[in-house]
Parts: sequence; structure tokens; C-alpha cells
Amino acid sequence: MTVTAVRKDPESRTLTLEAEFDASAERVWELWADPRQLERWWGPPTYPATMTSHDLRPGGRVEYHMTGPEGDQPRGFWDVDEVQPPHRLVFRDGFANDDGTPNTELPMTTDRVTIQEIGGGKTRMSIESEFPTVEAMEQLAAMGVEEGMTEALGQIDAILAETASAR
Amino acid sequence: MVVPMQIARDHDRIFGALGDATRRDIVRRAIDGEEGVAQLASHYPMSFAAVQKHVAVLERAGLVHKHRIGRRKVIRTNLEGLRTARRLLDRYEELWRERVDRMDQLLKEAPKEAHR
Repeated sequence: MTVTAVRKDPESRTLTLEAEFDASAERVWELWADPRQLERWWGPPTYPATMTSHDLRPGGRVEYHMTGPEGDQPRGFWDVDEVQPPHRLVFRDGFANDDGTPNTELPMTTDRVTIQEIGGGKTRMSIESEFPTVEAMEQLAAMGVEEGMTEALGQIDAILAETASAR
Repeated sequence: MVVPMQIARDHDRIFGALGDATRRDIVRRAIDGEEGVAQLASHYPMSFAAVQKHVAVLERAGLVHKHRIGRRKVIRTNLEGLRTARRLLDRYEELWRERVDRMDQLLKEAPKEAHR
């Protein structure tokens, strides 16, 4: 098992996942630091990622798009906050518009990556993903169907409750 | 492997589909499920073809479907799709598990190939 632990904490709005690899910390770091390696794992095989810019420094930005089977290309970016090779990387992951500008209507998640060698040729990597607010989670989850019309969320809830009891 | 991959793909489709204000608006309007593509298109300052394209992206993401009423075809929000969207925290877990699997595979490759 590569993934050794998973914690989901709705209160702090975080998902923490730990994994162990048979590799050095430097080698695991390369998976993040080398854009050609990064694009081989960031997207699923059906939606491979292409990193169009990769400035892995505090204040830097990583930009990418994914390419779907129908040619659709969802875009995303990271705003990089912390970089300590090969141990620590913190970035905010957001969605971008078709022209590559940040999509400010969808919330960003903060990802904190920690990489530590644990002996025996193994390295532990932990990834903590944090949603900015409960509202943001709701927005991503209930899909931000409305901008500025919070009752719409209630409307969807009501419809979901209705259809759930009807079936 | 197959199931998490499907989930990761769904995740990307859902987020990709929802990353656009027009598409989110279409999803909201289609909750009533009364309008066809042409009627939906009349709400937006864009061509029928452009709206049709948005609907196709939403359809692929499983967020809307076409429903036939007599001779008309209306667009309806897929409520199961909305429920799916509510479980995104779970999906984040699957997304990262998938990524970690791919990272592991990359690490197992010969170093030369990893740098190709």
C-alpha cells in the first residue's frame, strides 16, 4: 500500500493523505519540481495535464491545462507560497478561465506537501488539502450554482430532499 | 484501479464544467427542466452553437441530460449529478490516491525514462 493514512476533517475542512515511496526525498521532490514529470501524474490518463508555465518559487505561478477525450481543456494554476526543496511545498490550487486568467468565482484549495525520509530507503509524503471556508466547500460541492443568491443553495437542498423522498 | 480512475475523471469533468459562469447558470435554469437548447440560448448574449457547446460539456460531466417531452427535447439538471458534486471531499481523497499511484509508478521506472 502506497497510501498509508487518510484523514478527513470536515471541521478544519482538510483532507490529509500520507503515502510512502521506495525512493529518496530528492527523487520524490523531482515529481513536483520537474514539469515533465509533474504532468505525468497530475491528471488522469484520460485528462492528461500539460504544464505551460512552472515557476516553483515563493510568489511564482504554475499554469496548466488538461485535455479531455473531447478536446475540452479545463485550465488551472497554482500560486506558490513556500518552496523548501526537497521537503516542503505549499501552493494554492485554483481554476482558470479559458484565457488562462484565474477564475475568481471558484474557490482555491491550499495544498501543503511535506516530504521526509523515514529510513530503509523510504520516503513519506504527506499532502494536506484545505478548503478556504465551509462556504467554499459548499460552493464547490453544491456547485456555486448562484452568485450572491444563497437561497438557491436552499432551493437545491429542497429539491434534493423532495426527490429523495419521492423515490 | 478502474473505479478510482473513473472518479478522478468525473472530478475533472465536474470542476471543468462548473468553472464557467454560463454553465453554472444553465445548470440552475435546467433544474426546472422546461427549456430546450434554443430557449436556453435566448438567455445569453451568445450564439446557439456556443450554448449548445456548453450544454454538451455539462452533459459529459453528468450534470444535465436531455429529456424528451412529446416532440420537444428539454435540458434537465441531473440531480444525481448534484449529489455527486456534494461528495467532493471524498472525491478529493480518490483524486489524490490516484495521483499517488501514478507517482509510485513513475518512481519505479528507470531514471532515464522518467527524464525523457
